[in-house]
Amino acid sequence: MSELLKEGEKAPDFTLASHAGAGAGSPEDKISLSHFRGKNVILVFYPADWSSVCGDQLTLYNEILPMLEEQNAILLGISVDGVFCHAAFRENRGYKMNLLSDFEPKGAVAKIYGVYRADDGFSERALFVIDKTGVIRYSYISPMDVNPGANKILKSLRAIQAEENGNGGAANV
Amino acid sequence: MGANDHSQGAEKAAVTLVEYGDYECSYCGAAYPIVKKVQKKMGGKLRFVFRNFPLTQVHPHAHRAAEAAESADAQGKFWEMHDALYENQDALDDNNLTAYAEKIGLDDKKFKKDLQNDAFRERIRHDFTGGVESGVNGTPTFFINGIRYDEAVDYETLLAALEAA
Repeated sequence: MSELLKEGEKAPDFTLASHAGAGAGSPEDKISLSHFRGKNVILVFYPADWSSVCGDQLTLYNEILPMLEEQNAILLGISVDGVFCHAAFRENRGYKMNLLSDFEPKGAVAKIYGVYRADDGFSERALFVIDKTGVIRYSYISPMDVNPGANKILKSLRAIQAEENGNGGAANV
Repeated sequence: MGANDHSQGAEKAAVTLVEYGDYECSYCGAAYPIVKKVQKKMGGKLRFVFRNFPLTQVHPHAHRAAEAAESADAQGKFWEMHDALYENQDALDDNNLTAYAEKIGLDDKKFKKDLQNDAFRERIRHDFTGGVESGVNGTPTFFINGIRYDEAVDYETLLAALEAA
């Protein structure tokens, strides 16, 4: 497995199908990381839809989406589950964030970010905070059965904001 | 610990257990009698603090229930309402809340007005935000003397952790 991408590295762009599939394989259902340039992006890699820790973790993130918006951030969930599985999971839990399918080739994006578990066939429970210029500002792999919460995400976003404010707007590229 | 915290037990108790809870969350409901039992066992050695962490996107009644408890607090009866809510988790609509208020002897008019005005929204929000910042990752989340407790929430395990703290 490649290594976990670290703070300061450029976040590799990717394009994945989102939950929102009107029909299987529609090109308009694809989402690219580069679409969000100008916003801070939180990538949440998680092992699987429906597992209990994943559910608790995403439920928390769903609840704090307004807090993330205040920090000019959007959150994307990524697992190897297919789009129809995502759609059912999302509807069942009332999630508002996008869930992306790292499905074909399986785990390709997780591999690039260094968070794929080849023996298991799913990704680590991992977090990335990417700033609006596309640079990774925080990355973390959580123990599989521990819900990492959101405090580190918020801390990282606040550091980004403080830096922007400190630069008198010079960072508004 | 803030002066506004809801707490039971001596302020200078050796151990402080903080719960971030949601009145509609079934895991919190399951933890409720366990906390009671632990409190009984430890007596004066334990201080228990409850803070609001309503997951409103999945629990439609959680915020209203938290409002009810805060309104009861304004009338000096927080724990009576807290207990009534956890003992009746499957009945938390506004009519139920009003019925519990009546049962524990709250001023009905004042209670209804609070509920109508969402009077404690800021307070609840403050608890929630503070929780997220401290690493609360779901409900219930417990902290023992400020350190997040990630073990199982059963009587023996929780008691052992509290006694070792």
